[in-house]
Amino acid sequence: MSASAASGNEVRGDRAADGTPLLEVRDLVVHHGQLMALDAISLRVLPGEVYAIIGANGAGKSTLLRTIAGLHHPTSGSVLYDGKDVTGLRPERRATQGIVMVPEGRRLFGSLSVEENLKVGATYARQGPWTMERVYEMFGWMRERRNQPTAQLSGGEQQAVAIGRALVANPRVLMLDELSLGLAPVVVQRIYGMLPQILGTGLTVLLVEQDVSQALRVASHIQCLLEGRTTLEGKPSDVTADQVEAAYFGLAGTAASPAGEESEA
Amino acid sequence: MSLATETTARPAEGFRVTRSQRNVAWTGAVALIVVVVFAFFPYIIYSGTTSILVQAFIVLTLASMWNLLAGYAGLVSVGQQAFVGLGAYFVLILALHGISPFAALPVAAIASGVAALPLWWLVSRLRSGYFAIATWVLAATIMLVIEKFSSIGGGTGLPLPGFAGMDPTLLTAYTYWAGLAVTVLSLAGTYLLLRGRIGLVLTAVRDDEVAARSSGSRVGLARLLVFVVAGIGCGAAGGVLAISQLQVQPSAVFSVQWTAEMAFATIIGGLGTIEGPIIGTIVYMVLQQTLASYNAWYLIILGLVAILVALFARRGLWGLIDERLHIRLFPVGYWLRTPDTANRGRRSG
Amino acid sequence: MAWINAIIQGILTGGLYALFACGLSLMFGVMKVVNLAHGDLAVVAGYIAIGIIAVTHVPVLWSFLIVVPIMAVLGYALQRTVIQTALDRSVLTTLLVTFGLSVVIENGLLQFFTANSRGIGANLALVTGAFTIGSQISIAYLLLLIFAVAVAVLLGLQYFLSRSKYGRLIRAVADDKEAAQLAGADYRHVFGIAAAVAFATVALGGIAFGMYSDLDPTTGTDTILLFAFAAVVIGGLGSLWGTLLGGIVLGVAQQIGAQINISDELLAGYIVFLIVLVLRPQGLISRGAQS
Repeated sequence: MSASAASGNEVRGDRAADGTPLLEVRDLVVHHGQLMALDAISLRVLPGEVYAIIGANGAGKSTLLRTIAGLHHPTSGSVLYDGKDVTGLRPERRATQGIVMVPEGRRLFGSLSVEENLKVGATYARQGPWTMERVYEMFGWMRERRNQPTAQLSGGEQQAVAIGRALVANPRVLMLDELSLGLAPVVVQRIYGMLPQILGTGLTVLLVEQDVSQALRVASHIQCLLEGRTTLEGKPSDVTADQVEAAYFGLAGTAASPAGEESEA
Repeated sequence: MSLATETTARPAEGFRVTRSQRNVAWTGAVALIVVVVFAFFPYIIYSGTTSILVQAFIVLTLASMWNLLAGYAGLVSVGQQAFVGLGAYFVLILALHGISPFAALPVAAIASGVAALPLWWLVSRLRSGYFAIATWVLAATIMLVIEKFSSIGGGTGLPLPGFAGMDPTLLTAYTYWAGLAVTVLSLAGTYLLLRGRIGLVLTAVRDDEVAARSSGSRVGLARLLVFVVAGIGCGAAGGVLAISQLQVQPSAVFSVQWTAEMAFATIIGGLGTIEGPIIGTIVYMVLQQTLASYNAWYLIILGLVAILVALFARRGLWGLIDERLHIRLFPVGYWLRTPDTANRGRRSG
Repeated sequence: MAWINAIIQGILTGGLYALFACGLSLMFGVMKVVNLAHGDLAVVAGYIAIGIIAVTHVPVLWSFLIVVPIMAVLGYALQRTVIQTALDRSVLTTLLVTFGLSVVIENGLLQFFTANSRGIGANLALVTGAFTIGSQISIAYLLLLIFAVAVAVLLGLQYFLSRSKYGRLIRAVADDKEAAQLAGADYRHVFGIAAAVAFATVALGGIAFGMYSDLDPTTGTDTILLFAFAAVVIGGLGSLWGTLLGGIVLGVAQQIGAQINISDELLAGYIVFLIVLVLRPQGLISRGAQS
């Protein structure tokens, strides 16, 4: 058992001074039946950042996102959005408040066309800069093929539609769950390349990513999970590859903490 | 502690698997006494009461069969009246050929079980909703087909021969004992079935079907067996019905009301427990007797209560009792005793 | 010639069956609910119409306008309360609850209206008249009208599902209700809308049936439910127009059965249903059997 794991309860001092988080999670404990998936996880996402959660399979990353989205009930702990406790809010209410998730595996509506998928996303949309038109502009190929059934699209194209569906709801926090899953690296890069455009409209992004190097490339802040606990947290520029590797795999003996934090022996 | 450490950190010894929390032998003894007491009733009770008890026996048998189907095998059949009718008609046919209806009873029950085989072939692949409807259609079809044969009464039915010259008190007593025997055999048979391998397979399926199948359990065979046993049980009940009514009418023996009664009694008493149908039958009989003069009311109230129980008290009345007192009169589950919970145990099944 | 008449009757009756079947298909397609009380709801609608006409003496065709919205609201309410709670428990519970509802409704009707059958009469020539061609072909205006209404309803449903906002939501929720939640849709509300639509169509069917034939408390399960189901099964699950096709096949089979032996109408329908179950159970096979 890794002895150098950082406790999720501690919030780094300099982080607390960065301002009020848009999205915050406090001591979240989540169970799948009898199994504990998340053990007192905390995080704070500041407005405008790209917050990446990394970790191996089964580390609890998707569970965390799903719980924030409201699809899963925590055993204890809270989720705060814009300062308000939303832990008891149903998922659709969180979406209309501005927390919109692009779920793992795309989950497009199979019997609907591309455009109809976007329309559904726009049904309960907030006011904001994102419209279907804008999504068509961002993904050039989409307008032409908007009446096609989604099953005919490639994996990358489907991912684009899924993102578009979330964008037209005009979220404030966009959550991306395992974008890279099942996609070729080139495609993944292209999709992540859209992030600046998305951020440019005032969104904040919280993402879960198995591809660590990809996450490190786009994130302004990262958090690593292992077996439901936080093993690392900090800015990509502040952590070394060795530290990330150690946190990812839970290797004992290496100093797996970013500069400035005590490691537990 | 993570799962990895949880499962390896403690030694295997110190864990015991037992059948029940308390000694079940005394339950068996009590049950035997109860049966013997019941067997004496015809000597000490008015025939009016014994015929009410015969009704109760029929419902209890049906309910325990339906419980087996829906509560353990996950098969919601709303066509079990097909077997009730078949059992009644098998008795009628044999009686028309000179065999005593009482002697015909076990034969009719077995015949109903045999009839279950081709019916299973028709419906076994269907998903739950379709399975339910298909059983309903089958029952309706069987009734319509039987009504075509005037030799067994056509649409109006026939009185049951074979009782000529029999002393009425004796007839009532024999009918009662036949009903008692069928009920005891059904309950005992259900208990033994579920205690064995079949019960284990079914409980596994109930918990997680995919896992059960992939671990090699013979799920299909278990379900077939349950369906056939239910056919036998319902057929036997139908035979008792014919004997107690002294006639066999298609609209009476094939009525979907039988399914309604057995389903409601089971649900209210507790689906998925053997004790449930017993409690449910008691509730049913009480309601039926008190509201008998109000025609359809007892069925309406029974139905509403069953709906409420299904929604809010899933394990029925027995489930409520069980949760408080942790009693199982008929233990078919297993207790896992861990070293640190030696006195309480953790239940499964 | 009598056979041609029978076939025409069968085809037109298919329209009525389609009216019953489309609501059943909708509820199963969207919510995965097999509503065993479906047929009884048609009968309830018919009885409400009978009651309203008896009390207020409105023209028969007006009863549609009153009863259909009532049933739609009832559908929404029932879905949001009883059926949703059952769905949250399990598939088994839903079956048990709808079965319970069926029995309660039937016995309730029996209690209040007795077992006598009743019809919804009307003195309009539209309802009682018929086309006659030669001496053996007679097509009731009413039957033609019902067929026309069924086609109109199916067209309306198709438009609703493919073009309207709620139609899209219904299809989305049917595909993936979690993803729909993530898009801001409360799937319980969408389910309610779908149920309202289903109840509205079944109400239409029930009143039409009451005008064409007679209703009694057991008609719901004896006749309507099984035929609605058969039409869905024969026509293929998930297909709206398939319910019309299924209804037609069923109707024709029934009429042919009646030509052979007048009392075999019901049996013929059942047997066709069973044959289809055995030969063509696509969408009906449990997952376990496929592996």
